[in-house]
Amino acid sequence: MVTVLPKVDVVTTGMGWAGGIVAAELTKAGYNVVGLERGEERSVEDFLLCHDEYKYNIRKDLMQKLNKDTLTFRNTRKDEARPVRSESDLVLGTGTGGGGTHWGAQAYRYFPYDFEIRSKTIERYGAGKIPDNMLIQDWGITYEEIEPYYTKFEQMAGISGEEDPLAGPRSAPYPTPPLLMAPQLQMFHDAADRLGYHPYRVPAGNVSEVYTNPDGETLNACQYCSFCGSYGCEYGAKSDPIVTVIPTAKKTGKFELRTHALVTRILKNGNKVVGVRYRDIRTGEEFDQLADVVALTSYIFNNVRLLLLSKIGQPYDPDTGKGIIGKNYTDHHTILGATGYFEEKKFNNFIGTGAWGSAYNDFNADNFDHTNVDFIHGGQIEMHLLGNEPITNNPVPPDTPSWGKEFKDKSIYYYNRTLSVVSQRAFLPYKDNYLSLDPVYKDDYGDPLLRVTFDYHEMDFKRHEFLSDKCVKQLEEMGADLVVPHPMQEHFSGRFTFQHDGGGAIMGSSPKNSAVNNYSQMWDYENLFVCGSSAFPHFGPMNPTPTMGALTYRATEGMMAFLKNGGGLVIQPK
Amino acid sequence: MDEGKEKILDKKSSRRSFLKNSGIAVGGLVLGGTLGSLFTNKNGTQGPVTTTQNGGQPDFTEALQFFRRTSDFDTIAAAMDVIYPEDSNGPGAIALNAPYFLDKQLAGQWGTNTYEYRKEPFQEGHTPLTNGAIFIEGARKLKELAKSEYDASSFTELDEEQKIAILQKLEAGEVEMNLISSSAFFGLLRNVTLQGCFCDPLYGGNKNMDGWKMKEFPGAQMSYLAYAQSDEFLVIDPISVGGHKH
Repeated sequence: MVTVLPKVDVVTTGMGWAGGIVAAELTKAGYNVVGLERGEERSVEDFLLCHDEYKYNIRKDLMQKLNKDTLTFRNTRKDEARPVRSESDLVLGTGTGGGGTHWGAQAYRYFPYDFEIRSKTIERYGAGKIPDNMLIQDWGITYEEIEPYYTKFEQMAGISGEEDPLAGPRSAPYPTPPLLMAPQLQMFHDAADRLGYHPYRVPAGNVSEVYTNPDGETLNACQYCSFCGSYGCEYGAKSDPIVTVIPTAKKTGKFELRTHALVTRILKNGNKVVGVRYRDIRTGEEFDQLADVVALTSYIFNNVRLLLLSKIGQPYDPDTGKGIIGKNYTDHHTILGATGYFEEKKFNNFIGTGAWGSAYNDFNADNFDHTNVDFIHGGQIEMHLLGNEPITNNPVPPDTPSWGKEFKDKSIYYYNRTLSVVSQRAFLPYKDNYLSLDPVYKDDYGDPLLRVTFDYHEMDFKRHEFLSDKCVKQLEEMGADLVVPHPMQEHFSGRFTFQHDGGGAIMGSSPKNSAVNNYSQMWDYENLFVCGSSAFPHFGPMNPTPTMGALTYRATEGMMAFLKNGGGLVIQPK
Repeated sequence: MDEGKEKILDKKSSRRSFLKNSGIAVGGLVLGGTLGSLFTNKNGTQGPVTTTQNGGQPDFTEALQFFRRTSDFDTIAAAMDVIYPEDSNGPGAIALNAPYFLDKQLAGQWGTNTYEYRKEPFQEGHTPLTNGAIFIEGARKLKELAKSEYDASSFTELDEEQKIAILQKLEAGEVEMNLISSSAFFGLLRNVTLQGCFCDPLYGGNKNMDGWKMKEFPGAQMSYLAYAQSDEFLVIDPISVGGHKH
């Protein structure tokens, strides 16, 4: 027994950043939006008692529980996939705010090179530089085209930062100044200056001063309390949909939020979609919410899974290379570098924010000549002061046991005597890394789980060695007495702990190479917009949120154009 | 690293003030009312006894919710105390109440894996056991090993080196266990030990915040804005989430 609900202009499938941006922009333009969210409604009041490492960082209280559904994972097609069973191995947002509530809020832009990676690589190094099994492609949008939307996201979110001298040009400065300069960051900058690099302070959604955004929402000043990434901010000082775009949408009177609403299918009729089916997870009742525009605004896994379950688009087949849905899956879970042990100094490492740090991009994108290295792209050399919590931080030099007397003594001694320099690096797509439906494991309602097939490739290791060496040299220059590089595992472990994933419903210039155009509009179903990092043809070198936010702002313009014109593709295939 | 070792020694001598304040004498004798031990001595009374809190009131939360056999609880507690032992830095897992933390966790949703994906089939490397069942299985296995390796009637009566040898065997995956590898059990035991030593005291571990004091971690402070640029290392008295209203 399914209840059919009257048609609205737009329905969204999740109320994180993507759903929040869609709801804010479309309701401001006068359209009615229904926001469906499988989780609960949250407010900053939920976070008043959240300075609790065990509950939020170990037990992942704000994240999706895995008892009803999860992912399955395998390294290669020869393996049988296994479900990811434990919350410590899979971090997915849920509830209003989604991942935008618990993110650390490092708010970078990608580089001009990212958006035209294939043509720029061939232009400079020749086609031979790209391995046969690598699927990089231009995004179908240039940095110049996406730049205004980055600016829009940054101004809405109040991002605090300073210009990175090696990044793409900016049309406007960051809306708020960078976070404070800590002594540890000063050490990082001084060392980088001596080495001849270009350090800058990381752009942060932990807002440095009280700021009112163009929609009239006020963000408060960050308190450096250290309970940031994995936690919600009780001060309303972290850029979060629940203190920005969701209140903006609510103020219009044209937004209806429905929580505990799990979308299970996209409804279609011919080459149009007509709405979504969802389930009230408290009662089991099912509803069809009809809409002129359906915006998929879940995290990438549910975006892609909904497309596959609803039989929309052609699933990717790695044997033939045909099909698009599930293709170009990338994962960003190898943020490695080195740890430096300092005998002479103690640092206030308990102070932090999710995005307090400094970095340089001399070895990122195509900012350096790759002629003599066996890889393309690169990574950012960065140091973060996140606030070292005591359960998860027990640094000991190599050859120290991981328990017992010596472990205890050294982990206490070095607790405030280490700094880590790490490198987030790009992850490029390969033919055999993809998303599909699992043939064995199902969710509570009998639908197949999404299966991830993902492993590292030769270039990933080469890039890692190169960047690891840079991290070591940076720490040596900072005066560490002992520097220990972090080893890269031989195979991806299947721990999805950063919520940095991309691909599966990628963007491009035509239906031949992509699922969506650069307005996130599905080529084959013109009233279906698939928003978020599922559109990334590859994973850029740093945190994805501003890029998915920018693409979503652009998508909202596409939705408005579509609604105004009464249909049609917003942009024609090339 | 030799220089570093010297510094560690220097620092230990400077820890006298902590030891004095926390009421531990080097050697682990319990003085006053701030720190408790489950055992009056290594081979002495078995079973939980309540320690006293400030003002000499017994702490009635130091009682078992999950474990039914005190011998299972004592066995796991003894293993935790080897993983994180009492030393000149300060208390170990037992004095920090990490075993009671574990008992309380096992009595709740984590003990029954309520929020985990539990559907079959369980493949190689995935245990079908709940966390609660793992700790019962682990406690019985430790007792069995005490018997087979050292002809002892319990794990708790072994000396420290014997306990370490048994835990090393588990860690290396050399012990046959039912439906879980011994290395997976050991990994879990190690992790919950650290959780019990450094969680907020609201969970029954990190007693008196002594785990945090050892690490000079200030706990659940609300703001460090005033200190964000400090060149000096700051030792700040910790507060707990519960301390927000006390």
